[in-house]
Amino acid sequence: MNQPIKFYQTGTFTVGNRLLAPEQRTVQASAERSNSINSGHRACQGCGEALGARYAVDAAMRATNNQLIAANATGCLEVFSTPYPETSWQLPWIHSLFGNAAAVGTGIAAAMKVKGRKEVRVIAQGGDGGTTDIGFGCLSGMFERNDDVLYICYDNEAYMNTGVQRSSATPHAARTATTMAVGPEPGASFGQGKNLPLIAMAHEIPYVATATVADLHDLEAKVEKAMSLHGARYLHVLVPCPLGWGAASHDTIRLARLAHETGLFPVFEAERGEVTAVSKIRHRVPVEDYLKPQKRFAHLFAGAGDAATIARLQAEADRNIRRFGLVEERETA
Amino acid sequence: MLQIRIHGRGGQGVVTAAEMLSVAAFEQGRHAQAFPSFGSERTGAPVVAFCRIDDREIRLREPIVEPDVLIVQDPTLLHQVDVFQGLKPDGYVLINSRRSFDELGLADIAQRFRRERLVTVPATDIALKHIGRPLPNAVLLGAFAALSGLITLEAVAHAIREKFSGRIAEANVAAATDAFDYLRREIEELHAHAD
Amino acid sequence: MLMQIEGSQAVARAVALCRPEVICAYPISPQTHIVEGLGELVKDGTLAPCEFINVESEFAAMSVAIGASAAGARSYTATASQGLLFMAEAVYNASGLGLPIVMTVANRAIGAPINIWNDHSDSMSQRDCGWLQLFAESNQEALDLHIQAFKLAEELSMPVMVCMDGFILTHAYERVDMPTQADVDAFLPPYEPRQVLDPAEPVSIGAMVGPEAFMEVRYLAHAKQTMALERIPQIAAEFAQRFGRTSGGLVRAYRCEDAETIVVSLGSVVGTLEETIDDLRAQGVKIGVLAIRSFRPFPLAAVRAALEGAKRVVVLEKSFCVGLGGVVSTDVRVALSGLQLHGYTVVAGLGGRAITKSSLARTLAEAVADRLPPLTFMDLDWGMVNRQLEREKSIRRSGPVAENLLRDVGSVASKVA
Repeated sequence: MNQPIKFYQTGTFTVGNRLLAPEQRTVQASAERSNSINSGHRACQGCGEALGARYAVDAAMRATNNQLIAANATGCLEVFSTPYPETSWQLPWIHSLFGNAAAVGTGIAAAMKVKGRKEVRVIAQGGDGGTTDIGFGCLSGMFERNDDVLYICYDNEAYMNTGVQRSSATPHAARTATTMAVGPEPGASFGQGKNLPLIAMAHEIPYVATATVADLHDLEAKVEKAMSLHGARYLHVLVPCPLGWGAASHDTIRLARLAHETGLFPVFEAERGEVTAVSKIRHRVPVEDYLKPQKRFAHLFAGAGDAATIARLQAEADRNIRRFGLVEERETA
Repeated sequence: MLQIRIHGRGGQGVVTAAEMLSVAAFEQGRHAQAFPSFGSERTGAPVVAFCRIDDREIRLREPIVEPDVLIVQDPTLLHQVDVFQGLKPDGYVLINSRRSFDELGLADIAQRFRRERLVTVPATDIALKHIGRPLPNAVLLGAFAALSGLITLEAVAHAIREKFSGRIAEANVAAATDAFDYLRREIEELHAHAD
Repeated sequence: MLMQIEGSQAVARAVALCRPEVICAYPISPQTHIVEGLGELVKDGTLAPCEFINVESEFAAMSVAIGASAAGARSYTATASQGLLFMAEAVYNASGLGLPIVMTVANRAIGAPINIWNDHSDSMSQRDCGWLQLFAESNQEALDLHIQAFKLAEELSMPVMVCMDGFILTHAYERVDMPTQADVDAFLPPYEPRQVLDPAEPVSIGAMVGPEAFMEVRYLAHAKQTMALERIPQIAAEFAQRFGRTSGGLVRAYRCEDAETIVVSLGSVVGTLEETIDDLRAQGVKIGVLAIRSFRPFPLAAVRAALEGAKRVVVLEKSFCVGLGGVVSTDVRVALSGLQLHGYTVVAGLGGRAITKSSLARTLAEAVADRLPPLTFMDLDWGMVNRQLEREKSIRRSGPVAENLLRDVGSVASKVA
């Protein structure tokens, strides 16, 4: 039988891997995976970032035959993974500052190049705050020079480690500690989030991709693809934060999937500024399905509800769908 | 210690002149220090550069307030900047101009100094003739070699070839030599008049 | 080999002789000629293998150096003034992590008001961070100190800042003796890191350290600087033996043996001071100069030993602690605690104001006669200051300070010096 069988993750219990050919199985399915971020770290229950980092770094380790060095920005990942005197990292890892992960990555890559160690690859990683705000300058510089670094942004849409303050990645209307759900315009009333993937594409770097923790195969494939290329590469991963989003800790993967399925978070790949592939929405859902389980959007549903803002968010989703072609064209009967 | 102060405008190679002078002195086995004045630099704005020459290590680092030598690359500065400020009574003055000292209206200033040490050279004209551009800096160094004997023409030529290369270097050397010869003749005349 | 070149070029060539593997820098006056020189040497293949990275800010420059150094590469950068402040977070990070980066600071004033000329406020602003700070008096010393700096930094695993006066040294043409590659190679072995990012032996660098161990980690930086107090003179001696001249060390005393008055200073102004002292000595004044070469670690014992026989100490500094007075003089006082002598702080040369022999002679004569106030600002235009203070007393909307003062000064371009 030649028909490919599609398996979908339906939560944390996955059956697909065992029925797939070995080479199609995920890195996570292997007992030989590097487990780059070892258990024992101090992440919250249901932390999307811990999950995303494990998926991404293990995939990068396999793709590089464990010849990988990581630079990490200050943030949740750095804090929960290295509680003094312990570290969960099984690969060479450096934390320098909040805003310089990309530049530190550039430095490591330069050192490897000058020493002729071609086989050693570099990733730089951080949260949305360290990437879209304070680390933006260094990131753009790294892109512009096409330094040989894969930058991974784990986007939970706010400065979570310091107590859930608004970042330039915070979506419109979301409640954060600095955009409280009070007053005539509750939540993040200005802006709609800085679109880092599009900005990365504007630098025309070899590879840009977005992914979520809801699709493990997709995320791993993108990391593998990225590591097969050289030059500046950017991967933007949506990682729900139960605490910051006010969601149940068992909803992390479900919310990531809903973000994709509403169209609010387009999942795609691009090379040198041109979109090359998109992850189509299988089963489109209205934005409310995604917003309701999150207390950070609760004020949109309180009392009479804020239909206008919800409509605005829906329009954003519609625009993404149109812009990236996220829904299969349906033949009219 | 010999202290030389060079005046000009931004874009005329005043700083380069001071640097080349220091290289020429070095070539002659002497210690030399050259540095620009620290004003805002801008094409056309007045610029000053300094050069000290000595036979021992030079430790002093202040701007030159009592120069032994004054080189003025741009005569339009004469009535804007007090270029003669602090010049030693025995000082040398070399001005880039077709006109003489008196014709420049400097007769009474000239009274304060030794007349045979105050000369003008049409350095821009000489530069245009040999280099094709109105850059009088190297030219004036050639003239200075003739005026004072404190730097040799060979050393000036060497310094020019260090700074510039190829045709431009040779053109500047030719221009500097031309100025050297020109000034030699002018000094003979001055001495003839003085006698 | 003897050559007559610009200070910046001398430093660029000396740094190149040290075989740096990663150079990253962002342009800022007056350091530009140094990195331009190095950029050219890399591009034309003279300095190889070396990665020269044009970074997008000083913060990126120090960060790239951090990454490169942590990955085992000998790393170098250069900056001044505003640039040093912009990278300040990374500067502290580098010393906190113990990475042996060498950086040239082409000393320049810090704004506001914006000023591109020389004083020591930039390096002084970072004197507490853990970087070693060496000051050069001449271009020869500047180039020599860079060679010593790499050796010192890598032995101790601590970063070193080589401070040289912007414009006064960087843009001055002077005679220097440039060492050979063979001599530098013999003096400076390849970099052997204490910690390195290597897939063969993974380590985590940069952990968060709480109250349980932070003090100990920071103390170790201090311990390293204390070790440096021994090592700096030794390296200077090793340098002298190989290259045939004295450069560096902790302090250098000039005519202090029987001096009743000693002037303490750093950097290029020492040269002008020595000339002034020679004149005063010729007049029978018993006066000498103590040049501080290593500012961090501050050589308390050496300074005390040099000064304890004097009656009075004048600290002449191109730095200023707003609200207190001197920066260097405060450190010197620590060295002299318990001793009975007159201490004078003279703040001079801020923002590039020329320090002249005649002003120094006048000021020192006052000091020798004990007529000098404890804190003076040499050549300060009190008229200008008082006019502004009057202005502010008389009207609330008195306008921007700098603009008011500049109007008083008038046209600067037509001034000779």
